[in-house]
Amino acid sequence: MASFKSTKIPIYPKLGEKVTPDTLYWKNYKAPVQIKEFGAVTSIDFSSLAPHNYAVTASTRIHIYGPFSTEPVKTFTRFKDTAYSGKFRSDGQLLVAGCEDSMVRLFDVSGKVALRVFKGHTKGVHVTDFTSDCYHILTGSDDYTCRLWDIPNSTELTSYKEHTDYIRCGITSKLNRDIFITGSYDHTLRVFDARVEKSVMTMDHSQPVESVLLYPSEGLLVSAGGRYVKVWDLLKGGQPLVSLKNHHKTVTCLSLSSNGQRLLSASLDRHVKIYNTTNYKVVHNFDYAASILSLALAPDDESIVVGMTNGVLSIKHRKSPEEKREMAGKQRMQPVYRIFVKGRNYVPKKDDFLVSKPVKSHLAKYDKQLKKFNISKALDTALESWRRNRKPEITVAVMKELDRRGTLKNALAGRDEQNLSQLLNFLIGNVVDPRFTPVLVTATEMILDIYQAVVGQSSVVDRQLVRLQELVEREVDYQQDLLEVLGMLDTLFATVFCKCTHLYVYLNLCIQTGHKATIHFFGTPSNCLSLLMFL
Amino acid sequence: MVAHGEIHVVHRGGNKINFRETVITNDSRFLLCASGESVKVYSSSSEECVHDLQGHTDLVSGIVRNPSNHLQVYSCSADGTVRLWDFTDGILIKTFIIGYPIYSIYISENHGGVVFVVVPMANDKSSELFQLVAVHLPLSGDQEVEARELSAVLCDVSPSGAASFGRKGEYIAAVKGLQLEVFFFKKQKSHRFFLKSGNKKGAKNAFTCVSCHPKEDCIATGHEDGKIRLWRNFNQKKEYTYSTLHWHHGAVNTLQFTPEGTNLLSGGIESVLVQWHYTQENQKDFLPRLGGAITHIAVSPDGSLFCTSHSDNKITIIQSCVKVSAIIQGLVKGEGVRTDLTIDPRSKALVLNGKPGHLQFYSLHRDKLLYNLDIVQQEYIHEEGLDQFEVVKAAFDTRGNWLATVEERTQKGSELEINLKLWAYDEQTQSFMLNTTVTAPHEDQITAMCFSPSPETTMLVTISFDGHFKAWLLADHSDTKEGACWSCDFVGGYHHLKPGCCCFSADGSLLAVGFQEVVTVWSPSWELLTTLSQPPGAIRDLCFGRLSCSKYLLGTSTKNQLCCWNLLTCSLEWSTPVDVSLLQADPLSENMAAFCSQSGCSDLFVFKPGEPRPLYSQKALCTGKVQRAVFAPRDQMLESCEEHAQWLNRSQLYFFTQHMDLMTFSTKTEEDRLLASSKRLMVDDSVAVTPFYLLLGKHRQQQEALTNPMAERIQLPQGSIAIKELLYTPAHVLPSASFLCSMFVRSLLISSSSASEEKEPVEEEMESEEEDSEGEAELRDARQDLGGSAAWGPGEELGAPALTKAQERELRRVKHFDHSWLSSVLEC
Repeated sequence: MASFKSTKIPIYPKLGEKVTPDTLYWKNYKAPVQIKEFGAVTSIDFSSLAPHNYAVTASTRIHIYGPFSTEPVKTFTRFKDTAYSGKFRSDGQLLVAGCEDSMVRLFDVSGKVALRVFKGHTKGVHVTDFTSDCYHILTGSDDYTCRLWDIPNSTELTSYKEHTDYIRCGITSKLNRDIFITGSYDHTLRVFDARVEKSVMTMDHSQPVESVLLYPSEGLLVSAGGRYVKVWDLLKGGQPLVSLKNHHKTVTCLSLSSNGQRLLSASLDRHVKIYNTTNYKVVHNFDYAASILSLALAPDDESIVVGMTNGVLSIKHRKSPEEKREMAGKQRMQPVYRIFVKGRNYVPKKDDFLVSKPVKSHLAKYDKQLKKFNISKALDTALESWRRNRKPEITVAVMKELDRRGTLKNALAGRDEQNLSQLLNFLIGNVVDPRFTPVLVTATEMILDIYQAVVGQSSVVDRQLVRLQELVEREVDYQQDLLEVLGMLDTLFATVFCKCTHLYVYLNLCIQTGHKATIHFFGTPSNCLSLLMFL
Repeated sequence: MVAHGEIHVVHRGGNKINFRETVITNDSRFLLCASGESVKVYSSSSEECVHDLQGHTDLVSGIVRNPSNHLQVYSCSADGTVRLWDFTDGILIKTFIIGYPIYSIYISENHGGVVFVVVPMANDKSSELFQLVAVHLPLSGDQEVEARELSAVLCDVSPSGAASFGRKGEYIAAVKGLQLEVFFFKKQKSHRFFLKSGNKKGAKNAFTCVSCHPKEDCIATGHEDGKIRLWRNFNQKKEYTYSTLHWHHGAVNTLQFTPEGTNLLSGGIESVLVQWHYTQENQKDFLPRLGGAITHIAVSPDGSLFCTSHSDNKITIIQSCVKVSAIIQGLVKGEGVRTDLTIDPRSKALVLNGKPGHLQFYSLHRDKLLYNLDIVQQEYIHEEGLDQFEVVKAAFDTRGNWLATVEERTQKGSELEINLKLWAYDEQTQSFMLNTTVTAPHEDQITAMCFSPSPETTMLVTISFDGHFKAWLLADHSDTKEGACWSCDFVGGYHHLKPGCCCFSADGSLLAVGFQEVVTVWSPSWELLTTLSQPPGAIRDLCFGRLSCSKYLLGTSTKNQLCCWNLLTCSLEWSTPVDVSLLQADPLSENMAAFCSQSGCSDLFVFKPGEPRPLYSQKALCTGKVQRAVFAPRDQMLESCEEHAQWLNRSQLYFFTQHMDLMTFSTKTEEDRLLASSKRLMVDDSVAVTPFYLLLGKHRQQQEALTNPMAERIQLPQGSIAIKELLYTPAHVLPSASFLCSMFVRSLLISSSSASEEKEPVEEEMESEEEDSEGEAELRDARQDLGGSAAWGPGEELGAPALTKAQERELRRVKHFDHSWLSSVLEC
């Protein structure tokens, strides 16, 4: 005797991105905390010292925030013009910042007044950094020069005048105190050695360079400029390794995750993209409200801080493991422990006679009704589950099963006003979902057949029927639009058939199955043409 | 005999076992069921076939227990004989020749020496009229007896299962159409009861089955509308009454009272065994979901065991309606096999669709169903007129790691539902696990699919009437949680033509797809390499050559063409005008089998694509078209040097005829081998012969041999024919017991000398082999002397121990005393 086979609830493929370990990791952040600054946030830098405060440079101020505070711990306001590039020294004691007034100021983190003021640049200084020995400062300026300063004497050590445009980014080597790299709007990246008069290496980014980044090993260099992110191999004399074009506006900032496995790039197109550094594929993507100027990650990726052009600073904190568990616990009702475990862990003794009990298979409520051939009740229970859990696939599966048994019409018939309006509600909600349409269209037809005699007796049902009609009409229009798109594609692809076969077939499939994402993607036929131009 | 006569077509397994009601023996240990031309005896506990009673030359149409001997059964057959069998030993005892084809048999213990059989009306053979006749079985010692003493009991009965004996055999009830007829033996008179045809409200009153209460005067009849009527008081013509029970929604196929009459069992298309309590008729027990529709119910004489036969060639053994204890499943053939015949590369089992929504794995070597794989995984609703999912295609990859199935459901007025399922073989459970389900893989029916045989990629190609073929690849998503699953890799088409068939070359480097008249050849990177065409006629079948013939591509077209293309030159090599209905390639050799249909018959040609002459051809193989065939690899290679039989060496060709008979080709040497192996398998114990039993038995024997070496060395003289004869001779012709006793006992004793004496003849034999014919003659003389002196004739030579002098003397005295009885015994 075979046991009753329960109704199969089909698993529908989830539209959109796939769940990968990366998406899980990067989604495990709390809702962002937003702080309004006075102007566009141009730079964010984390202190390497324990509480990991971070300095946020915006307008004429530098704020230092604690890891979980929304109020600044400290504020430096002694700037006469827009401040740039507030940076901590590696011991977290000193902070350096450039300014539009061409002066470079050095602060004690605990003090208020600038310890040193370095004067020498003739235009705004956008780049400042400490060298790895902590005694020198690198600056880069709009006067096309980059200079090294000595902190104790507050004197200029060297000045390099090799760039032919604004220097907007630069980084010092953490392993060698003499090496530093600058990127400029003259499309070049230059590697300097403080012991030599001239630059030792030049790379052409072919776009104005906005940001540079060194890998922890310092064998690879990443530069961002224009829409491109490029990776260079320094050990091979600056050979380009990869060129990534994933943003559609200028990339403004780069950052590495704490373990160095992921590279993050922020752009004016309001996206932060996360790349895998082994294959340079995008593994995740964050959206923000405004164009992003600056981005920084706390050590151990504890928080992601993003500064935007509208002056909003967005901070996302990682969920702690306890919180995660709490969330999971809330979702599931815990069974009463004692009842479920009673007698389960009893180990039979040697002479005990074991009576095996047949394993009782659990059947869902609707399956129990189906087993007894109670078709109307089965449909009722399935609708109930839709109302409670919002899982239309169960209800649709039960409807399909009833249809297969040839009893769907009987199950739908003989309902009162409340029951019928519930049913219509369900249909209105789901009939245009391409996953359920084939089943629900037959059910809708049956309902119209059965209840056409009583139309006009209930205002509730009538209103719903009108809604249903509108919905169907709109859907038909939609499909017509899509067919138009398909026709256009046909003519266009006919000319370049062999090249684009795959895409064509994919689009074809998408349109036939009513792929929502595609519909949104195209919107209107004219949008589609722009897509083709892009191809 | 012609050389071709060496190979002949034989039935191989897969007979119907649900044709007639099974018979349970008195001790409930065995089940007997009619299976084609033989009667099969199954053990009710181990589900194994114990004996195959062979002897009938046509379909066996009924089995009944012999009421006078509980170890014997009668069987009847369409060949016009009734045979009496001893089923414990599998021996045919007697054959009664009736002379008319028999359609069923009934027997009652109150009518000794009479069997009731259903035969066609004598006057008109072609008509569909049958009569129930009583046959007096003559008492005769002969093996074959002609039983011509027929007397008609009832005329116009239905040919099967619609008659039943009443209380103490006083009357017999038979139903046909809308009429119930009861014949009273005492009065020699029959009463007829009619029901109205009752067309209103869909009531169909026609009778389907009948069963009589064993203790009371009550007849239960089943009807087409699912009602059961209990007739009482029917010995009066007018004042009969009946009550109605109704649970079944389809026709009641079978009814049976339990031996005490306390319960009534009924079954029908719902596949639910219903047990009605005779006294409280509104109480009933159910045993649901037994499988296919119930066609017959049998109850053991003690009422402890029920047995239901199902339409899906299955017998279920049920212990008093509590639980199913065993299932005997035959090859399910149904109305038609919709999947191609395939061979599972792992188990070498034949795979085809069986029960609705299942694939069956049938072992050809053991003639046993291995298991059913549930493909559809949906509750099957036993109701007529429902469109349910059917498995229509199945394919294995070359290593048997993947199975692809296509299921289909057509519904009136709505779209075709197709699911493509891919199953991965799971080593732990030794079965296939569902990996990927693709709903609506194509917009129209899938006409063919095949796996790529290349070892690097796991790829499936499906082709469909929607004008596309799709390639499915196993994509490894190791970074996600889901694991490996299948996804579509390529969609191809050719000028919007409908593809009909596809085939991969043996190394997987080429894919040929037939688009109506055009054959397209594709590379694995999905470039169209070439197109071949040989109009007129659409391509029906495509096949790549193998091994040394791999440069050839064969195709058959609907307009009587068999073409062979050379792929190196891309040109037609040869073509012949034959109407090939099926082309099948042997996976282990270059051979191809082509089944051609010609004037209502099927011919077979076996050929190599590169050679002009066929290796083997047989005209008029069977009537009708052969639609399904497969080459099954042999587990042991045959070593036949006959030229015509060489193509059968590596694999065997199985095919289904139009009437769904599974046939195969067999050679003489193979049959000899089979016979030898079956002899070896023969075990006189009634316990079922399972491989495990054989293994254990062998082990036991070895153990016994080890522990008890004495038993083997000293042969007890009980095997002696002389003593046997002494024991089996009737007592009244023997000399007095006191006279024989001492001699008899002595002969049973093991004399100390006998062991040494025994060795002598063996040694003599050894010598005789070395010596020439003269020596042998001498030896024979010597033996004759020995035999003559003992005066025991041939019995002595057959291994009787040499008797001592004293015994000889004694025996001589016996001889003098009375010699005549012994000689008569020896003669017969």
